[in-house]
Parts: sequence; C-alpha cells; structure tokens
Amino acid sequence: MSEYKFTEPVLTVKDLVVKFNLRGQVLTAIRGISMDLYKGESLAIVGESGSGKSVFTKTFMGLLDNNGWIDSGAIEYGGYDLTAFKTERDWLKLRGKRIAMVFQDPMTSLNPLKTVGKQVQEAFTLHNKVSKEEARRRTIQLLDDVGIPEPERRYKQYPHEFSGGMRQRVVIAIAMACVPEILICDEPTTALDVTIQAQILELLKQLQARYGLTVIYITHDLGVVANVADRIAVMYAGDIIEIGRSEEVFYDPRHPYTWALLSSLPQLGVKGEDLLAIQGTPPNLFQEIRGDAFAPRNPQALKADFVARPPYFEVSPTHKARTWLLDPRAPDLAPPAHIRHLRTLRRGGIEHAT
Amino acid sequence: MQHEGRELLLQVKDLEVRFGTKRHPFIAVQHVNFDIYKGETFGLVGESGSGKTTIGRAIIRINPTSAGDIIFKGEKINGPISKELDRRVTQQIQMIFQDPMASLNERAKVDYIVSEGLINVAKDMPRPQREKSVAQALADVGLLPEFASRFPHEFSGGQRQRIGIARSLIMEPEFIIADEPISALDVSIRAQVLNLLSHLQRKKGLTYLFIAHDLSVMRFICDRIAVIHKGQIVEMSETEKLFANPLHPYTQALLSAIPLPDPLLERNKKLIIYDPACHDYAVDKPRWQEIEPGHFVLANEQEMEGHREQLATSCRISS
Repeated sequence: MSEYKFTEPVLTVKDLVVKFNLRGQVLTAIRGISMDLYKGESLAIVGESGSGKSVFTKTFMGLLDNNGWIDSGAIEYGGYDLTAFKTERDWLKLRGKRIAMVFQDPMTSLNPLKTVGKQVQEAFTLHNKVSKEEARRRTIQLLDDVGIPEPERRYKQYPHEFSGGMRQRVVIAIAMACVPEILICDEPTTALDVTIQAQILELLKQLQARYGLTVIYITHDLGVVANVADRIAVMYAGDIIEIGRSEEVFYDPRHPYTWALLSSLPQLGVKGEDLLAIQGTPPNLFQEIRGDAFAPRNPQALKADFVARPPYFEVSPTHKARTWLLDPRAPDLAPPAHIRHLRTLRRGGIEHAT
Repeated sequence: MQHEGRELLLQVKDLEVRFGTKRHPFIAVQHVNFDIYKGETFGLVGESGSGKTTIGRAIIRINPTSAGDIIFKGEKINGPISKELDRRVTQQIQMIFQDPMASLNERAKVDYIVSEGLINVAKDMPRPQREKSVAQALADVGLLPEFASRFPHEFSGGQRQRIGIARSLIMEPEFIIADEPISALDVSIRAQVLNLLSHLQRKKGLTYLFIAHDLSVMRFICDRIAVIHKGQIVEMSETEKLFANPLHPYTQALLSAIPLPDPLLERNKKLIIYDPACHDYAVDKPRWQEIEPGHFVLANEQEMEGHREQLATSCRISS
C-alpha cells in the first residue's frame, strides 16, 4: 500500500466529549474522539442516525444546540482552541469564512422569502467589505461556478423556482462564498435523486480540486462515499470505531460494525436471499456504555467486548479500529463472505474505464 | 414467453393522468402500458417528478385518470365504478407510503391506525375479533402486540414503517403498492424492511408494485422493472436483462448513477448524463416496441437498429 498523500493536519480533535441535557437527563453524544483532519483530503464520516456524526462536526462551527456543551477535550484549528470559543463574535471569525457547511435538505435550508442572489450575496458581504456592484458580480460568478445556468436571470429568482438539485447547488454556492478552508457537507445528497446525487458529488469534487478544500462528508450510506472519500471514519454510538483510507475500509474492514454496515447494502444483495440486517437498535446514550458499544447487537461478540472498551489497534499506519478482534489473543474471525467479493461488483452493462 | 400460464393481476392500458384546469392542463403521465402478474414484484423507477407516484395513486383511485384503462382481475377499476367494486378494490389493493414520520396520524394510537381500514370496510366486525387481527398484523411485521396502545412518536423510523406495513396487511390485500418504502430510512434499517417485505410476499403470496428512484435497491427486490421518464415509460424488462443490456439512454444514465461500495470502480466511473436532445424524433417518431421477448423500449426505427446491434454483440460475448 502506498503512503497516504495528505500529511499536514489542519484540524486536530483531542478526547472530545460532548453532552446534552435532555429533560433533566444527561446524554453523552460524543464519547472521547481523537482525530486529525489533513489538509486537502476528503474525509467521510459514516454512521446510523443518532451515532453522533452531525453533532461531532457541529462542534467545529459552534452550532451545538443550546442544551449541548463540550464537556472536555480540545479542538485545535489555525492556532485557536475552538472549545474555548464562547461568543458569537468569536465564532464569526471562522464560521462561514474558514469553515463552512452544506446542509442536508435544500428544501428547508434556504429562505423562501429572499431571492437566491441575495442569500448568496449575504454570506459574501458578511465577511468582506465590498461595494454592492462588486458583491453582485462576485455572486453571479459563484452561481456560475456551481453550475447554475444563466446566473444573471437566476440571481433574481426565489428558491421555489429551482429544482432540488439546483437548490443544493445554491446551498453549495453559499458555503463557497468566502472560499473556506474546510467544507463540511452534512448528508449533501440524501434528499436528492440518484442521478442528481451523482452530479452534486461530481461538483463537490471539482470545487475541492480547484480551491484545494478539505472536505468532510457526513453520510449514512457507505455506497455514496466510495466515490468521493480519501479516508473514511465509521462512527457508532458517539465514537469513531474504525478509521482508514477508503480502500482499507472497503477492502479490508476490521470492525464487526463496519462489516455489518457493508453487508446490509442492497447493492450487495442476492435476489431471493435475505439481506444481512443489523438486529436491534443503537445503545441508549443516557446510560454509561461498558465495553464495545456494538457488542449487544453483534452475534459474534467476544466475552471481552462486554467487559472493557477496546483501544485502537493499528492495522496499518493509516488504518486503525477499536475492536478486541485485533488483539493478538482474539480468535480468528473472518468477515462475512460476500463483502470480500466487493471487487466483483458490476454496474450492469456499462463498462468502466479501469 | 415465461409469463404464459401466469395469472394476470393488473393491466394498465394507455393510462393518462392530467392535472390543472381544462384550459391549462398538465399531463403528468401518458401512454403508460404494463401488466403485473400474480406473485411478482414489479418495479417502477424514475426521478422525482417523473410521474411514478402518480401512476401508483391512479391505480389505488386517489388520482382520477383522464384516459386509458386500469384493469384489476378482469374488471375496470378506474373512472366511475359501482360501490361494491370500490369496496373490493379498497380491500384488495393497499399502499405503503414513503415517509413513516409523516404518514401516521400523530394523535391516534397504533391500534386505531392499524385497524382504521377494517373499521371502514368491515363495519360490523366485533371488537374482540378486530383486536385479534390487529395483534396478528403487528406480529406479522415483527412488532409486539402491546405496541397497539402506544402513539407513533414512541417508535423509531424502522418501527414506524412496520406500522405502515401492518396497516396495509390487516386488509388482507392481494396487491400492495409500495411507494419508496425505504428511501426515508437509514441504511441498516433498510435491509430489515426489505427482508420483511420479501418474507411477507412469500408467506402471503402478495404482489408488489415497488416504486423507487434507486435502481440498486430494485435489482435486489424486483422481478421486472419499468423505467419512467417525464411521464412516459421508456424501457421495461426483466431485472437481469435490464441490467445486462440497458438500451434507452435514460436507463443507462440511471444505471451509471448507482453508487457502488467500491472505491476503485467509483473513482473511474464515467457518469452518463441523459439529454433528451440526443433523440432525433422530428420525422421518425418513437414507438413502444418489444425488442426481445419481454424487453420493451421506446425508440424510433433508427434507434432500434442500434439497439438490435447492441443486443447481438452482447449475445455473442456471453455465448
């Protein structure tokens, strides 16, 4: 395996713990994550709803809901410790300017009462002192960059005059207004059709290459990220349980939860046979979790999984997983047979240039 | 043909659905033809706005049709029909909706949600018997009978979708229209719901019309697939034939967009974008024709030539 081409950390998370207060009870949403984000890479964070993937990235922008707080840990970015940021003013130095976000549902994340041009311009003028004319010119340029045809005419239109895919392009234009260093895409394509989804991912890839962005994709669909991610972090119950380069996670997954996620993809299903579904539900985060959080849903769980939380075991310098299966004392458990045949997948009659 | 001898359950002939006013009509669906046989899963795939849901809703008599016939078990069920037939159709055709967060009455208990159909159709059914069938329907979808006294907000997305399935099962339907039943669900829950649907099909001999925008799911669950674009079916075939030889450029675009969990394949994939302008239909009008047994495509004569050639080459390679 070749070296990972991105080495310079741009954002470092250390032992991050995030808690929420819900109806008098304390919920631990993030249970001690440490991670580096490298400059120029695209990292995909994958997990079920409720695994904490959105909460985790919201801490980078100070967008936690009012009942949530960072309990301990540090987030280092550009010489700042983001956990020390308190006021909106602190955050405005970064939010939208150096770290920007593309939200999930383009139907709800745009203001229906303002023209699209105004909304994009707003993001730009907030951080840059420029004349009206200049801002307008720049906005039209942006709309053009994200692939909206006839940007001058579109500038004056309202969101309801746009299709879902075009609206998502507008949301991307807003995020790109100040050319951020880090772009966080929270389920950018879940609300879209497959054909449009592929086009939006293509656009994000182009923008990344053009501006040298560092991109974080948040998704629950492992199928989507194969296309775009350099590195994949799999989250479960508020923790990253496996992280590695895209090839490593897809071709050599080590954590039983990653196996289960991959196996349940309908793309791998065989007609007439059952898909491998993950039984049960994610653990209750109000209670303290003992051992491996996935163990209760894992039919092949080891005894050790219920006793102690596994540390990270290194598979390669870029690939590590939190599972006792990688301990030298553990029995040899093979991943389910059909995920080993990932490579024989075909897309039907369409040829691929390989 | 292998469909010979199989019982025809539903026929859609030249269906057209219009919305809007007489003066400004909007034709959502036109010239739609397909047959569904008993016991099979028929897939209808297309992007949003293509009219796939409209077809489903026309079959279940929610949207009125403006032309064409829908024939269910030999009887025409669109347009004005007798009260007695209407009742039979309501009981025998059921629908599962897309978003389980929006399709359940938040203020009703599961017991009522599931039994509402029965209350309408079998008015004089005694209460204990009704409760028994609710418990049975819940058990069929893998929920506990005591859930009947709870409200929808107490359930997770996957469980809610099961409630949606239970309320269609309680009517003992023969034909279920599943309108994107899994697109609002998490990946791990999707597998559970898909498995449940195929178990129920085997156990109860159900027939499905499965509506989705994602071909990757279709391949796993459908026997035959029709691809719909802008209100017209452009290609229809058995699943494996469609995946092996997609003929219509729109089908090819859809197939190329399927995300595959394989980084090397994905990074080198060539995205095909469908542009309707690639057809030259000015003189040579397209027709709906059968190119090989069971494989239909909307094309004009010139395109048919190309399609036949493509099929011949792929036959040579595989033999």
